[in-house]
Amino acid sequence: MDSLIPFTTSGALMDCVDRKMLVILRDGRKLHGVLRSYDQFANLVLEDTVERIYHGNAFAESWYGLYLIRGENVVLIGEIDLDQEDDVPLKQVDYNVLEPYHKEDVEDKKHREEAKSQVLFEEKGFSKEGGEGDGY
Amino acid sequence: MLIFSVFKTLTDQQVVVELKNDLSITGTLKSVDQFLNIRLDNIKVLDEARHPHMMAVKNCFIRGSVVRYVQLPAEHVDTQLLEDATRRETTTQIKR
Repeated sequence: MDSLIPFTTSGALMDCVDRKMLVILRDGRKLHGVLRSYDQFANLVLEDTVERIYHGNAFAESWYGLYLIRGENVVLIGEIDLDQEDDVPLKQVDYNVLEPYHKEDVEDKKHREEAKSQVLFEEKGFSKEGGEGDGY
Repeated sequence: MLIFSVFKTLTDQQVVVELKNDLSITGTLKSVDQFLNIRLDNIKVLDEARHPHMMAVKNCFIRGSVVRYVQLPAEHVDTQLLEDATRRETTTQIKR
């Protein structure tokens, strides 16, 4: 039986239930919470969810609560190692302090991505990413 | 279905997964499913300084739809066999 479990979505996520997880969404948001449920599309239910923003060596949290995430928006689900978490050399600051810096970072990244995809499309012959049905 | 099978034979190998958000993760391939969602254990993020949120993550599940490339260990892929299998699959599909 054990050999059959790994090759399904449910098998891969089974041991992550009731654990603290990091979920990265396609818009770049990082959510931390306890995984309570999921299905074959990677739709997720997170409890005690917080959004974390980062800038330099600081991070800040904003409380979200109980969250249901539609699977298509999920990039990655990471299992947080609680021992390793204590060793992370980042310090927590107030959300309102960090938010303007974070917004600036997001804007910068957006401009960089736009410039990059334009060069790839117009000069390098790549197709455009992120169109309808592309899934990202 | 063929590629799904290829990935299944590569379980417990080291692979590098490049995502569409430019995150590159190396780790041990633990499982894969029909959507090519990938489960990696003991991960290491390339250019960790740019992705501080990944420092405490040990194992992860990557949604197949956000994967751009997977770098496979060449010594564990028989490309000749794969080529033959691909031909066989297309011919059986045409017959149907």
